[in-house]
Amino acid sequence: MYDDVFIHLKDRSKEDEVADININTVNKYFGDVHVIKDVSLDIKSQSFTVLVGPSGCGKSTMLRMIAGLEDINSGTISIDGQVVNDLPPKQRNIAMVFQSYALYPHMTVFDNMAFGLKLEKRSKDEINERVNEAARILQIEDYLQRKPKQLSGGQRQRVAIGRAITRKPKVFLFDEPLSNLDAALRVQMRVELAKLHNELEATMIYVTHDQTEAMTLADDIVVLDTGIVSQKGSPLELYDRPNNMFVGGFIGSPKMNFISSKILSKSSDATEVDIMGMSKISVSKMSASSSEGDSVTLGIRPEHLVVNGDSDGSWESKVFVVEKLGDVTYLYLEKDGEPLVAETEGHSEIKVGDTVKVGFPAGRCQLFDSSGQAFK
Amino acid sequence: MKKISLSSILSQLLLLFFVIIWIIPTFGLFISSLRDKDLLAISGWWTSLTTTEINEIYRMPGMNAQIEEGGYFKIKGNLFEENSGKKIQSFGITSKKINEFNVSEVAVFKDESEVTVDEDGNYEWLSKEAFKKKKGKRLFTTSLSPPSFTFENYREVLFKEGIGRAFINTMAVALPSTLIPLIICSFFAYSLTWMKFYGRDTLLAIIIASLVVPLQMSLIPILTIYNDFGALFGVAAKSYPGVWMAHTGFGLASTTFLLRNFLKSLPNEMMEAAKVDGASHYDIFLRIIIPLSIPAFASIFILQFLWCWNDLLVGLVFLDQVPSEIILTAKLKELLGSRGENWEILTTGAFVSMTVPLFIFFALQRYFIRGLVAGSVKG
Amino acid sequence: MTILNLFFVVFLGILFFVSYFHISNLVLDTYGEKSVKRYNFENSIRVIIFIAPAFIVLFIFILYPVFETVRLSFYDKFGREFVGFYNYKWAISDPEFRRSILNNLIWLLVVPTLSTFFGLVIAKLADNIWWGSIAKSIIFMPMAISFVGAGVIWKFIYEYRGPGDTQIGLLNAIIVSFGYEPQAWITIPFWNNFFLMAIMIWIQTGLALVIFSAALRSIPKEMLEAARIDGASELKIFFSIIIPYLEQTILVIWTLITIIVLRIFDIIFAMTNGEWQTGVLANLMYDWMFRGGGDSGRGSVLAIVIMIGVIPILAWNLYKHRQEQKI
Repeated sequence: MYDDVFIHLKDRSKEDEVADININTVNKYFGDVHVIKDVSLDIKSQSFTVLVGPSGCGKSTMLRMIAGLEDINSGTISIDGQVVNDLPPKQRNIAMVFQSYALYPHMTVFDNMAFGLKLEKRSKDEINERVNEAARILQIEDYLQRKPKQLSGGQRQRVAIGRAITRKPKVFLFDEPLSNLDAALRVQMRVELAKLHNELEATMIYVTHDQTEAMTLADDIVVLDTGIVSQKGSPLELYDRPNNMFVGGFIGSPKMNFISSKILSKSSDATEVDIMGMSKISVSKMSASSSEGDSVTLGIRPEHLVVNGDSDGSWESKVFVVEKLGDVTYLYLEKDGEPLVAETEGHSEIKVGDTVKVGFPAGRCQLFDSSGQAFK
Repeated sequence: MKKISLSSILSQLLLLFFVIIWIIPTFGLFISSLRDKDLLAISGWWTSLTTTEINEIYRMPGMNAQIEEGGYFKIKGNLFEENSGKKIQSFGITSKKINEFNVSEVAVFKDESEVTVDEDGNYEWLSKEAFKKKKGKRLFTTSLSPPSFTFENYREVLFKEGIGRAFINTMAVALPSTLIPLIICSFFAYSLTWMKFYGRDTLLAIIIASLVVPLQMSLIPILTIYNDFGALFGVAAKSYPGVWMAHTGFGLASTTFLLRNFLKSLPNEMMEAAKVDGASHYDIFLRIIIPLSIPAFASIFILQFLWCWNDLLVGLVFLDQVPSEIILTAKLKELLGSRGENWEILTTGAFVSMTVPLFIFFALQRYFIRGLVAGSVKG
Repeated sequence: MTILNLFFVVFLGILFFVSYFHISNLVLDTYGEKSVKRYNFENSIRVIIFIAPAFIVLFIFILYPVFETVRLSFYDKFGREFVGFYNYKWAISDPEFRRSILNNLIWLLVVPTLSTFFGLVIAKLADNIWWGSIAKSIIFMPMAISFVGAGVIWKFIYEYRGPGDTQIGLLNAIIVSFGYEPQAWITIPFWNNFFLMAIMIWIQTGLALVIFSAALRSIPKEMLEAARIDGASELKIFFSIIIPYLEQTILVIWTLITIIVLRIFDIIFAMTNGEWQTGVLANLMYDWMFRGGGDSGRGSVLAIVIMIGVIPILAWNLYKHRQEQKI
C-alpha cells in the first residue's frame, strides 16, 4: 500500500517530462521461440511512434502486449505510470485499429462505433453525440446505417478508426491499418491519420512494415529486428545516422547500397577505406574496435551516388538496367559481382550497356564494421 | 459434338433410373397410406394410380328390403358406397361366371327372379313371388375403379393407435435433446476456441476421440447410473430428462466439434477488437458469436434434431414403453410386431413419423447439407 | 404425464440451462472485474462456468462409461464378481456371436463401398445437369427418414403373399409378372442380409452424394479443361483425374459410413429382430442387455467388440488432428 503511494508521488513529481508509456525489459516467448528480447522503450505522451521492421520482427507482438492481448513473460509495461501487466485491455484506456479492420459484420456502422460505449453503459444521448462526432471527423456520416459489407475498403478503415475514436482513449494502437488498401487510398489515409493525430492530441503507436509510412507519419520511429530494438529516433536521424546495417538497409527506398571494403588506415578522426580496389576515400567516422586491414561495409544511398560528376571517390561501372520514373532515373550497375543502384536525373541520356563514372561525397557515406555496427 | 450429346443423354437416362429406384419406395408408402385399407390388402399400390378393373362380390339384402310394385316384388339398391366413382363393366350371378352379363342385360336366377344392374351400380331385383329368404343373393361385379384416396387411415392411426401421442412424445424428446446440447456445446466450443486455459488441447483431443465412440459403449453403465439414481431418490429411472441428457451426452462430441470448426473460422481480430472495446467473454458470446453463428446453429440444430427424432435405441433403453412415453420409432416397431399385416396402419404410421423430417428436409435442405458437409461424424 | 405437463417439463428443462449460463455470467460480469488482481481469477472462473456443464455430461456419458464398460466385461452378469476372461471366452464359443461378427463384417464390406460408389456416380451424373439438383434432393431424401421408417417402407417392398394371391409387395409383383415364384425375401438365410443392406445403401448413398457434390464443385475447372484439350474422354477424365483428386473425400465418406454401419441396430431390429440369421453385434448386445434381466458382462464384451472396430478410425482422426494443430 505504501509502495503504491510512493510510486504515485514519484510520478507526480515529474509529471510533465514523464513518458506516457514505459516498457521495461520486456520478454515474450511463443513456446520455445523468444520473440521479444529485453525490450525497453519510453514512448512520450501525445507522440506518434511508429514500430517498424520486417515481418516476424515482433512489432505486432509488442503492440498486442501494450494492448493487453498478449501476456508478458517478464518485465513491465506501464501506461501513465500505472503498471498494466495484469490489466485486461478494457482497463488500459486504449483503443486499437486492426489490420483486417475487425468490424462486427452483423452490426451497422453506428452500432460498430457505439459497441464499446454501450458496454460502458453510457447514456443514449452521449453515445449518439460521440458517434456522430467521430463520424463527422472521419466523414462517414452518410454510412452510419449501413453494414460493413456494403462499404469499400477505405470506408471500412474509417469505421475502424471511428470505433477507436468514440471511446476517447489515451492511447491509440494501430496494427498495420493501411496494408489492405490500394496504393492511392493508402497515401490519402496516411495524410488523414497525420491530421487526426494533430486533432486528437493522443498518444499513437503505429505498427507497419512499410518504411514510407514510418517516415511520413512518425515523430519517433522504433526499428525492431528479431525482437530487439535496433534503433529509436526521429525519421531523419534514422535516415542520416543509422546505428547499424539493418537500420541503414531498412530505412530508405530504394535500399542503401552496401559495398564490401577494407580499412586502409586509421587516423584520430577519420578512417580511410578502399573502394573496389580502384579508389580510396577518407571518411570522418571512427570506431574504436576496428583496426587496419579489417573488412568493413560501406553504405551509400542511391540518391547520394553521383553519376558522371565530381565526387570524393569514384570508379567506373557498366549499366545493365535503366528504370525511368519520370522525376528520377534509377541505374542498376554492377561491379565485381556487387549490384548497385544509382539515382540520376529524370531525363537521363544513359543507356543500357554504357559505362559510367560513379562516385560519392565522403560525408554522405556510412561505414559498418563486420558485426554491422555503424562507425560514429 | 454429336458423340458428346449421346453420352449426355445416356448419363441423364442413367440418373433418371437411379432417381426412380430411389423415389419408388417412399412414393409407394405415401400412396398406400392414402388408400382404402381393404383395397390396400388385396392389390398393389401401383394399381391405385390408374383406373383399374376390380372384381367384387356383393350380397343383396333379403326379404326385409322388398317392396311390392305393380304386381312384382322388388329389391332395389346400389352396389357401391356413395361417390365411389366406380363403373360396372359386367356382372355375374355365379362365382363360376362372374362376367356372364353386360350392364343392362337381365340375369335370371334359378328361382326365376330377375336382376338388372346399371353402370352406376343401381340394381333392381324382381320377382313375381315374394322374397322369402333373410339373405339375398350374391352379385359378382367387374367394375372400373378410378384412383381414389382417403385420409381415413390417418384419422385412425393418429387417434386410435396412439401414434398421435407418440408424435407429441417424440417432439418432447427431440426438442430439448437438441436445444440443450446446442446451448452447452456452444459455450464449450467457444472456450475451446477463444479462451486460454490449461488442458485445452487435451480436452479437444478427447472430443475428437469421442466422435467415433459408439453409443453402445455407454448404454450399460448409464443405465446402471439411472437405475441407482432412481432408486436413491425414489423417482422413476426412465424419464424425459434422462433421455434428454442421454441424447445430450451422445451428441455432445459432434455438436462441439462442428461448432468449434465454425468458430475457428471467425476472425481472431474481431474477438480482440471486442476485448479492446471492453467486452467480457460473455458479452462477446452474446453479442458477437450468437448473431454470427445463426447459420451454423441452424445446421447443427437440424442434424441433432433429426438424429433425436429418428433415434430408436436411446428411446427404447431410456424410456418406458408406455403410451405417455413411447416415441414414434418405438411405436412403429411395436406396430410392426403386433399389427404386421395391417398395412394401412404401418404405412400411415411410418408416414406420420416422416412428416417432420421431410418438412425439415424440404424447407431447410441448404442448412442440412451444409451441416453434413461440415464433417458430420456421429458416434 | 399429460401433454400439458410434458410441455411444462420441456420448457423448464431448457430454461434451466439458459438461466445457468446467463445468471452465472452476469454475476461474474458484475462482481468479477472490480479489482485488478482478480482479473486472472475472474478468467479462471469464467472458463469453469463455460466448460462445466459440457464437461460433466462428457464425463458421465462418454468417459466414465468407456472405462466402466471395460471393467464390466470382466465381471459377472450383475457386475459384482470378477470372472476374468470368462465373458470373452463365452463370446468366442457362442455361435450367435460368430454369426453376428460375420454379418457385421459383410455389412462393413458391402454398405460403405456401395454407398460411396453410388454416391460418387450419381454426384458425377447430376453435376451440370439442369435437373441435377432435383435428382440429388430425391436421392438425398432417405437421409432424413428414420431407420425404422425406412424399415417399414422396405418391408412393404419385400412383402410376401402365397403363390396364388395378388402380390402387394413390389418386388414379388415384378418377379411374378416375369413368371417366377414369389419369395419371402427377408427369411432366406444369408441372402436376406443383402436385402437389409439395400435399405442402408438406399439411405447412406445420399450422404455420400452431397459430400461428393460439394467436393466435385471444388475441382478446378481449368484442370478438367486442360485434360479435355489434351483429348481425354469424359470417362478417362473421371477415372484418371476426378477419382484421384477426390481420394481424401472418398476416404472420409467411407469412414463415416463405416462408423454408422458398425453400430447398425434399428434396421435389423425393426425388420427381423435378428432372426433368420440376420443378427449383428448391436442387436445381440441389446438382447443380452434385456434378455432375462440382463447380463452386463456379456453385453459389455459385445460393446467392446464394436468399439474395437472404431479404434483404427479413432487413431487416424487423432493423428490427423495432431497434424492440423502443428500447422
